[in-house]
Amino acid sequence: MRLKKNIATSESGFIFHPGTGDSFSANPIAAEIILQLKDGAAPSEIKKNILNKYDVDANMFEKDWDDFNAQLREANLLEQ
Amino acid sequence: MQQDNQPIVIAVTGLNAIDSPGPGVSVIRALRDGLPNVRIIGLAYETLEPGIYLHDLVDKTYQVPYPSAGSDALLSRLQYIHQKENLRLIIPNFDAELYNFIKLGPVLKAMGIQTFLPAQEQLDARDKMNLYQFGLKYNLSVPKDRIIYSSDALYGCAEAMGYPLVVKGKFYDAIIAHTLEQAQKAFYKLSAKWGLPIIVQQFITGTEINIAVLGDGKGNATSIVPIRKLYITDKGKAWAGITLEDETLISLAKTFVKATNWKGGCELEIMRTADGRPYIMEINPRFPAWIYLTAGAGQNQPAALAKMALGEEVQPYTDYAVGKMFIRYAWDHITDVSEFQQISGFGETAP
Repeated sequence: MRLKKNIATSESGFIFHPGTGDSFSANPIAAEIILQLKDGAAPSEIKKNILNKYDVDANMFEKDWDDFNAQLREANLLEQ
Repeated sequence: MQQDNQPIVIAVTGLNAIDSPGPGVSVIRALRDGLPNVRIIGLAYETLEPGIYLHDLVDKTYQVPYPSAGSDALLSRLQYIHQKENLRLIIPNFDAELYNFIKLGPVLKAMGIQTFLPAQEQLDARDKMNLYQFGLKYNLSVPKDRIIYSSDALYGCAEAMGYPLVVKGKFYDAIIAHTLEQAQKAFYKLSAKWGLPIIVQQFITGTEINIAVLGDGKGNATSIVPIRKLYITDKGKAWAGITLEDETLISLAKTFVKATNWKGGCELEIMRTADGRPYIMEINPRFPAWIYLTAGAGQNQPAALAKMALGEEVQPYTDYAVGKMFIRYAWDHITDVSEFQQISGFGETAP
């Protein structure tokens, strides 16, 4: 799960795809994950960070992670 | 480019900044941004073209005869205007007037007036009636089409291309037809409005992208700026758009300019399919109405065109701001009836 290099992101959760002109708004947790992806963090590292930082059930988080991954792929924001 | 402190006098058409806007006002804004000392002469067909009344953009406006009046009538009017204004350059912005301006090019040049337009053959080659052959010739992706003169031919079109089909008027308008009945209705509607033939085109689905291109006439693209329309009006016009970063689109535009030696501004209308293939849907032989965005993004195409037309060497642009947006707006401009009376009665605004 690697974000395309040219994707522009902001701390507020705004995401811009310069190749398609699409833009998206991410909620605070999604924005946090996106920024970590943008910094090149591995998915396992990001997952660990989120689980350590927030009171969330690991199974539930894994399910949400997969869903989020699918959304990013659908939005054409991930490297193939 | 400039010999002394006299302004460069540039005449511009397409002052109809209305819901289906001509590019003139946008072109003028870009010229004023990019050239230090210009005098802008508006050339208008209708007396209520908004640009006529925008005096911070247009210094003076003259009415000109409709393209259907022919090139002699246009020349006669331009001679009168030139006598008063000493024009250096004319930038026409309507498809329909290009034939006359291209035809008059050598005469205008002899008068000291430059233009920067494609040759008539280039103009004809990219015409929507010839687009499919054009694509085949230059190995560009274009939708399949058939030129038809009778609604009976719609059966064959549907068999060859399937539904939906795009039924297009020879000058303007397009209707998507999902059934034979819809296609027939579209055929009669468009042929009544624009005449025959009718173009029936393969329907391509995808993301609509537009590219503003400036060719130097020697096979080089001086500027290429692709955008995606973010808001499209019910007339299919962009109300907002954003510049894109996409090497495939830049490369496509370069191929087009190199293949045709295109001279002047143009707009490539592209449909990019889900698998990323860019189809050329139409090639407009003049600047689009959103051309001011090219100035905003760092490639001022109208100013570059003016410089090249006046003999200046302009190096091709290599960079532009990605994510630069335009958002069009409506603005009620207040003027006095005396101004309307002046242009209506005398065919020109007050000095």
